[in-house]
Amino acid sequence: MDAQSLLGFAAAIADGSISVVDLTHTLSPSFPTIVMPPELGQCAPFRMEEISRYDERGPAWYWNNLSMGEHTGTHFDAPIHWVSGKDLPNSSVDTIPVASFIAPACVVDISAQAAANPDYELTVADLEAWEAAHGRIPPRNWVLLRTDWSKRLGRDYVNMSEDGPHSPGPCPDAVRWLIDERDVHGFGTETIGTDSGQANHSNPPYPAHYFVHGHGRYGLQCLTNLDLLPPTGAVIFSAPLKIRKGSGSPLRVLALVPRRE
Amino acid sequence: MTKPLVRPKRKDPLKKTREPLLPHGQRSRTALGLTAAAAEGRFALQVCTDCSATIYPPRDACPRCLSLRIPFKDVPNGGTLLAETTIRTSIDVYFRERMPWRVGVVELDCGPSIVTHLHGDAREGERVRMEFKLDRSGQAVAIALPERDTPNMADDPEWRELTCDPKFRRVLITDGRTGVGQAMAKALSAAQASIVFVGLADPWKPFPGEAALKAIERVEIVPLDMTDSVSVDDIAGEIGGRVDILINTAEHVRAGGMIERKGLNVAREEMDVRYFGLMRLAQAFGPALRARGADGVNSAAAFVNLLSVYALMNWPAYGAFSATEAACLSAAQSLRTELRPGGVKVMNVFSGPLETEWYQSVPPPKVTPDALANAVVDGLRRGLEDVYVGDIAQDVRTRLAVNPKAVERELGA
Repeated sequence: MDAQSLLGFAAAIADGSISVVDLTHTLSPSFPTIVMPPELGQCAPFRMEEISRYDERGPAWYWNNLSMGEHTGTHFDAPIHWVSGKDLPNSSVDTIPVASFIAPACVVDISAQAAANPDYELTVADLEAWEAAHGRIPPRNWVLLRTDWSKRLGRDYVNMSEDGPHSPGPCPDAVRWLIDERDVHGFGTETIGTDSGQANHSNPPYPAHYFVHGHGRYGLQCLTNLDLLPPTGAVIFSAPLKIRKGSGSPLRVLALVPRRE
Repeated sequence: MTKPLVRPKRKDPLKKTREPLLPHGQRSRTALGLTAAAAEGRFALQVCTDCSATIYPPRDACPRCLSLRIPFKDVPNGGTLLAETTIRTSIDVYFRERMPWRVGVVELDCGPSIVTHLHGDAREGERVRMEFKLDRSGQAVAIALPERDTPNMADDPEWRELTCDPKFRRVLITDGRTGVGQAMAKALSAAQASIVFVGLADPWKPFPGEAALKAIERVEIVPLDMTDSVSVDDIAGEIGGRVDILINTAEHVRAGGMIERKGLNVAREEMDVRYFGLMRLAQAFGPALRARGADGVNSAAAFVNLLSVYALMNWPAYGAFSATEAACLSAAQSLRTELRPGGVKVMNVFSGPLETEWYQSVPPPKVTPDALANAVVDGLRRGLEDVYVGDIAQDVRTRLAVNPKAVERELGA
């Protein structure tokens, strides 16, 4: 590619012919984090403590100290996050090749199924139907699962019952198919995890985490605005913080979308 | 007969809030023996080990035999009101705005005569019960009560000045998710609190007892996350000026000592919920509590901490937890001094293991949430500062007074 094309790309962003869609939730203390049984370790929610606000603690400046887990809010999962990816090379956020943070996306819409059944799990048949309409999923593409779950708030978003959370995700076969048959770059969802709410009862448990990270690929979760993306043609910019041996990181996820004429 | 308290009208926003004033609080070091008894609701005087004389006021030597061995001991509190008078004017800024004020002389069955505040139903020539209470300065004063309870006796103005009765006061219970929080809401509603605000963090997490909690009369659920400074500040901004009694029910109980804990996450959560949570509450609600100590019938009255008795001596089976509780106790002592200018009490309620899921493996005796809640209401009604609920807490308290090192060894055995 010549320099002119890259500058043309920047110009297209500047003039709006490529629109930039924010797929990120605002990091805030009230955003739910994943819930583990209380005797297990917990992911810290987002917290902000003021250092100063133009006051006696710092007269001319406002700033905060933050605390949170690596998997708080809209976040990136590195392969090392899961036991299946623990021995892979370059599997933590600081060592993943940076080119991986820019990749195209296929958006698979199961929002109608999820609206009817909160436990709906994406099947291979769903993916084949999607390909029949939009073409084969190219290698090294993100597959982003649109469920419209991001439009739900608070209690409806987590959808917790006495038998755990109920939210949509992929079935084990679908994840395996995406990895083995389509060599996807990663898997992204609107829900708290890349897996369904009841995925601890799957075989293997948490199949998206297990297969995606076991193959050195990436996860994105707590995404929003997937309904603004075309089924194909969007490019995702998703660079996690460069945390030494980090298993993931909250991040800003942006989608570049050619403006529809 | 005590005139029943009338539920106060809403505050006139054009009127200046009366500033809290305190009665004189200086006491000799020896006289603090009375304060120690009053803090726990005991009636104790010095009793001479050598000649058995009961001594009042507190002295450094026995006035009868000059013995220096005159420890404070619990003594019978019956007596006869010999004389009474009503003071109608005073140059003391605290008392002059509380006139008229009855005082009297009571001859105690155990010997001494004592100048005392009088409950409205205590009559000259009749039998009375004497109590030491902490006044707004935090020091012990004597008050004579009628021998038997009288109707509405808790509503007596002189008595109510010394107590933190929840009746017609507005209460904030910081965490309603737990059994203790829910029992507390029930008990405070039954104690005629006019509003029972109940804090809930993570409203997206359902919890057992939720519907029953919301159905309790005069309960208002408010968003409050003790681990989030912004959340605590936000809710204090909204209701801080209407909280007269704050009861911190936030709990974080986990077993394990210093070595067994792998890493600091659990300890951090513990400190965040308990110690930093307490500090967040103090910073967010403290200023308004302190400013509203004389704000009429529903003046700010108390800040209640529920503490493990293992704050007083570490129980290694719950070692890291005990350390957090000790931090909370120390913080509460500081808070007590900081709230005193407002005449607002800090009541520490100590208990041993509770009948809750986090003490599942601990054998009885355990304190039920209802028992703890009732102890809090009782302590508020009596204006106590330190309450020991249940056998274990009382046992630890008693043994610590004798030989703290023995308690340390035995808790670790």
